[in-house]
Amino acid sequence: MNDKLYRITLFVSALIIPIVCGGVVYALVTDAHDAFEHFGFLNFLTSSEWSYTEGDERYGALPFITGTLLTTLLALIFCIPFSLPVALFVGEYFRDTKVASVLSTVTDLLAGIPSIIYGLWGFYTLRPIIMALDISPQGSSILTASLVLAIMIVPYAASLSSEFIKMVPNELKEGAYSLGATRAEVVCKVIFPMAGSGVFSSYVLAIGRALGETMTVTMLIGNTNNIPASITSTGNSMASIIANQFGEADSLRLSSLIAIGLILFLITALINMIGKVMIKRARIV
Amino acid sequence: MDKLKIRNRLANDKLMLWSICILSALTAVPLLAILGEVLLRGYDQLSWSFFTEPTPTAYKAMKAIEAGEPIPGGIANGIVGTMIMLGMAVAAAVPLGILCGAFLAENGKNRFAQFVSYLTDLLQGTPSVIIGIITYIWVVVPMKGYSAIAGSVALCIMMLPLIIRSTEETLKILPASLKEAGLALGGNKARVMLKVQLPAAFGGIFTGILLAISRVIGETAPLMFTALGCSFIRFAIDKPISAVPLLIWEFFNDPNLQELIWGASLFLLLFVLTLNLTAKYLAKKWNQ
Amino acid sequence: MESVTSILEFKKTCVSYTKQTMAVKYVSAAIEKNTITAIMGPSGCGKSTLLRAVNLMHNLYPNIRVDGEILLNGENILAMEPIDVRRRVGMVFQRPAPFPTMSIYDNVLSGFALNGIKLSKAEKDATVERCLRSVALWDEVKDVLNKKGTFLSGGQQQRLCIARALAMKPDVLLMDEPTSALDPIATKHIEELLLELQQEVTILIVTHNMGQAKRISSKSMFMYLGELVEYGETETMFTNPVDERTKAYLTGKMG
Repeated sequence: MNDKLYRITLFVSALIIPIVCGGVVYALVTDAHDAFEHFGFLNFLTSSEWSYTEGDERYGALPFITGTLLTTLLALIFCIPFSLPVALFVGEYFRDTKVASVLSTVTDLLAGIPSIIYGLWGFYTLRPIIMALDISPQGSSILTASLVLAIMIVPYAASLSSEFIKMVPNELKEGAYSLGATRAEVVCKVIFPMAGSGVFSSYVLAIGRALGETMTVTMLIGNTNNIPASITSTGNSMASIIANQFGEADSLRLSSLIAIGLILFLITALINMIGKVMIKRARIV
Repeated sequence: MDKLKIRNRLANDKLMLWSICILSALTAVPLLAILGEVLLRGYDQLSWSFFTEPTPTAYKAMKAIEAGEPIPGGIANGIVGTMIMLGMAVAAAVPLGILCGAFLAENGKNRFAQFVSYLTDLLQGTPSVIIGIITYIWVVVPMKGYSAIAGSVALCIMMLPLIIRSTEETLKILPASLKEAGLALGGNKARVMLKVQLPAAFGGIFTGILLAISRVIGETAPLMFTALGCSFIRFAIDKPISAVPLLIWEFFNDPNLQELIWGASLFLLLFVLTLNLTAKYLAKKWNQ
Repeated sequence: MESVTSILEFKKTCVSYTKQTMAVKYVSAAIEKNTITAIMGPSGCGKSTLLRAVNLMHNLYPNIRVDGEILLNGENILAMEPIDVRRRVGMVFQRPAPFPTMSIYDNVLSGFALNGIKLSKAEKDATVERCLRSVALWDEVKDVLNKKGTFLSGGQQQRLCIARALAMKPDVLLMDEPTSALDPIATKHIEELLLELQQEVTILIVTHNMGQAKRISSKSMFMYLGELVEYGETETMFTNPVDERTKAYLTGKMG
């Protein structure tokens, strides 16, 4: 095979990615078009109705957008108190030791567990606890889903943050120690200011993971199609309404579900893009 | 006063150390809890027939429960379906992913390559449920039905970015001298890639493929709208087919079959985690 | 009488990285107050290791052991709290590394911030001016105090690091080849600065550069394979070394 043919082969196979991505956007936009045309784009985004009475179908994405944002935000809040210590444990306090590599393996394995199994565990173990604590009557709620979601994103946030924590030059840390700082002070006043933007970007990427998580949320959120009144009430996320209703939907409802898919796709794409750009910047500094 | 202050600071330092240790240790709790629960509730369901027989109908299961017997049947239909779809997905994603990764490694700095690289990230971050919708629109609608082909297309799209990235990254860290030596000996670029660079990068690419498989094998959402599921063992690729995660979802939703959840989950969990650990182990071994 | 003037004293100080190998072997020496003492020797002789022991830097790495005694004003620092010792013993490292997230002003005060010591605005301003003046950096940076220190030249950055250490009013200042990353002109400035600084602080400096030791130090140590081979007046050591190994090193036959 000569060089030219080789180059062409590589180029043609690389085309697959733009084709797939273009196809994703094209297919989502075309099939969501019906819903947007019928309800109006803004109206679809801001309407909180989801009723499929024949002849009077009304679909709006607001309850699901709220559900997704709420579960993601809560998951982020629950995940920080664990992922940050893990990142410091692996990246600073016990760096390059056996315990640190054991902990990394634990988080790797957590990242490897399929989301449907997280859902089962949440349903059969966590849900009864939530019920017993009298937090929510059926045990399924925004809160329940967020708690399990938090466990799922800890590995992503922790492993990336620990990389940035490791990148803080040793000479700066020694400089701070030589001035009489304790380790806690070095962490708070030297490591965090230095690694901050990188650590922050790893949380942005973790958010990107949480936004689209489907099975876990579907099994734990309670699947009701209204705007959640509080974090202990039931709801639906964008991913979970699709998982729940896609199989049985047709025409306008199908198009509305695909429209929700398009919105979800755009939000995750945006978040991931912001995360990647921030990571690149943080690496240069 | 000064002494007191130092004591306070040292106490804070200790407090920080201990909270980090304790909170870090707590992260291991969910892993142990999940493994423990699945293991304890699932291990007595694993038997020969669990792997060789298809899922029972809800009626059969109900009868067995009424009679106080264990539910007959197993998850053979799911295992066969998973293997068929995975096989097709790997057969398509591996060569394509490697070629695409090689393209990125060779043209890293040009505009088009950076565009492709950016889109690869985009695809990798796309929620799997959306991959399911897309495959439904692309494959299920034109073929007028759910099928193993549709399922494998969804899995293939999800594996591609992972394989591309691992190929690109492994090729990029190979010493430039390797490629130059090959070219100096008179090989053309294609031969050097095929005979020198790719074999040298084999370890990294192989672990990348293992990780990609372990990532998609437990995927449920994209298969719900593409493979759909099927209650008997089937080898046809143009018909609905089952998969292990799909079966777990079915069992979860069918009160009569709930007993089977844990055996199926245990099987899936062990498979995924073994694959995961093997990949990590090989990566470590080949890196030395 | 010696105990009056010696501020720092090594007594059979040993440092070991592993059980088998000792990087510093039974070093005993007394350092006089308000002097510059140079530590010389070929690379790997343990000079930096000895220096870092004074600041208890080795405590940061769990496998390193320090034995013997190091007395600061008669107190054994190996038995003291590291954060207490480090405030009284400043250190300047090989490569200038001001904190890149802090302004020049905050860099000078970083010791206070890290130690959680609150100062009034007036105290802060006075400290910053005093320290930057004593490292001859004040005139160059007084208008850009609120900018990050990263745009300064290497020599200026190193002087900023010295100012940062001086702000804590240490008794002893340790310098680990502070000019090895700098050009000759910046080196000359730092050397002149050190000669003036010995009025206020006792300086212990590790150097690769024999000329530097000769120019600035009043006393010198020569170390070889972890041992302190010779310690005495710099003049005498350069003109009339006692030990064969010192002679070989100073005449360029070793190192």
